[in-house]
Amino acid sequence: MRGLQLPLTQTQKVRLQRALEKLEALSTKANSNASVTVADTIPVNYEDGFLKGHGTTELNGEVVATVCGVVERVNKLVYVRTLRARYKPEVGDIIVGRVIEVAPKRWRLDINYSQDAVLMLSSINLPDGIQRRRTAEDELNMRAIFEENDVICAEVRGFQHDGLHLQARSQKYGKLQRGQLLSIPSYLVKRRKQHWHYLDEYGIDLILGCNGFVWVGEHVETKDEMLVDQADKPDSQTSKTNDHSTSLEGQEQTYTPLETRQNICRIANAIRVLSMLGFVVTIEVVMEVVNLGVSQNMDTHEMLGSEFCVLVAEREAERRSQKKNRG
Amino acid sequence: MEYVSPEGLRIDGRRPMEMRKLQAEIGVVAKADGSAVFEMGNTKVIAAVYGPREVQNRSQQLNDQALVRCEYSMANFSTGDRMRKPKGDRRSTEISLVIRQTMEACILTQLMPRSQIDIYVQVLQADGGTRSACINAATLALADAGIPMRDFVTSCSAGYLNSTPLLDLNYVEDSAGGPDVTIGILPKLDKVTLLQVPSDRIICQAFFMS
Repeated sequence: MRGLQLPLTQTQKVRLQRALEKLEALSTKANSNASVTVADTIPVNYEDGFLKGHGTTELNGEVVATVCGVVERVNKLVYVRTLRARYKPEVGDIIVGRVIEVAPKRWRLDINYSQDAVLMLSSINLPDGIQRRRTAEDELNMRAIFEENDVICAEVRGFQHDGLHLQARSQKYGKLQRGQLLSIPSYLVKRRKQHWHYLDEYGIDLILGCNGFVWVGEHVETKDEMLVDQADKPDSQTSKTNDHSTSLEGQEQTYTPLETRQNICRIANAIRVLSMLGFVVTIEVVMEVVNLGVSQNMDTHEMLGSEFCVLVAEREAERRSQKKNRG
Repeated sequence: MEYVSPEGLRIDGRRPMEMRKLQAEIGVVAKADGSAVFEMGNTKVIAAVYGPREVQNRSQQLNDQALVRCEYSMANFSTGDRMRKPKGDRRSTEISLVIRQTMEACILTQLMPRSQIDIYVQVLQADGGTRSACINAATLALADAGIPMRDFVTSCSAGYLNSTPLLDLNYVEDSAGGPDVTIGILPKLDKVTLLQVPSDRIICQAFFMS
C-alpha cells in the first residue's frame, strides 16, 4: 500500500492499523530476510555453482542486486523479484491494451511495457471468420476492425526481431466495448488459468489482463466458432442476410441499461479499492468486496470512501486468517 | 562576514563536517512509475521517473540501450524572490545534463534496449545544494521504479570558507563566493561519478591543500 490518501477519522485509523498489523502477522516469514536493495550483496553458495538471474550482476566475484526486491532461488538460479516495476510479458499472457497507432499491416498497442506491442493483421481473426490470405484490401480496411484508442484484448505471442508480438485468434479476443478500463499495478494481477470471467448475476464480463489493465464491461455473447461455421455452411445466402441484420441490431443494442452500468461501476470501484490497498486482485476477492458493498448498503460512490476502505482491509485480514487456519 | 564562529559553529549552528537533516519519501506521484521527495535541511526536491517506455522520437531510438532523458526545473516559489522563468535557462539546462549523465552512468541501460526513461526533477525549496539533492532524489525515484542500476548514486556538496572546509553548504554559504565542489559517488563500487567545481570559484589553493 503506497500513500493512501483518505481522510480517516481516529477510529478508522486505529481499525486500519489493526487490520494491517494482522495482515503483516499472517504473511509468510519465509522470505522476510531475503529482501535486498540496489547494490546489496546476495549470499550464494560458491562451491555448488549458481546461475545469475534477473536483477543481479557480478561485482568483484560477488553477486549483487541491481533492483530493490526479494531474492528468489530456484535450484541453482538466483534472481531478484522487483517490488514494483513495469509489466514484463511472458508468452501466453492474456493482456488488455489500447491501440495507439495503425501502421502498415499492424496495430501498435500500449500495454504498459517498455515498448509498444505489435498486433499483426495476419495474427487476428477477420470479422467474416474465414481463414484466408490478407489482401491489400484488408490492409486498407484495418481501421474498420480496430481504430486508434480502441481497447483490445489479446494474447502475447512472443518476441520477434521488431518487438513484442501479440495475437488474437479467437472469438473471445478482440475489441472491448461498453465498459471501463482500469489500470492497476501489474503485480496485483497474478497469472492464473482463467483471466476471463463472466459474472452472470450482474451480466458483466471481467478481464484481468496480466499487464495490469483490467476491463469491466457489459457481457457479450461470444459465438462458438465451430457452431457458427456449421450453421453458415448449409446456406451461405441466409447467413449473409443474417449478418446484415445483426449489424443493424448491433447499432440498436449500443444502449446499455442503467442497471448494468451501475454494476460496471460497482465492480470497477471494488477493484479500485483493492488496488488502493495493494491487495492482489482475483475474481474471488473482487466478488467478496462487491458483496460486502451490497450487504453494507453502500452506494457505488461510497465504495471509494474511507469507511469502505477500512472495511475491506478488515475483511481481507479475516479472510486470510481463516484461509490460514483451514490450510 | 563570519561564516564559522570562533567556537567552530556555522551560521545555522552546524559543525563544519555536519550535514543537514535528511528526509526522503518514495511513491509521492501516483501516476509515475517511480517518484521521490528528498529533503536536505530546507532544500526540498521532488523527482518522478516515467519508463522504461516507448521512445517518443523514433530518430532518437537506440537499438542497444535505453535512452535516458532528464528535465530539471525550479518551481516559481522555490527561491526567496519569485522566479520568472523556472526552466529553459542556461543553468537548468546544464543541471539537467549533469543529472542525466550521472544517472545514465549508473542505470544498466543495455538491459532495456529501444526504450526511454524520463526523469523529471523539480526544486520545491532551494536552500543550497539543489544539484546534489536532485541527484539523490532521482536515484530514489529510479530505484522505486524498479529500474536496474549498478549502484545508488549519493551526492553532496562541500565548500571552503573562513579557512575551514565545510560540508553540505546552505544558500548563504553557497553564495558567499568561496570555492565549492559537488561530488557524486557510487558507494558500493567506491567510485566517483560526478565532480563539479565551478571554474570561476577556483581561487583558493588552500582548498585542495587542506
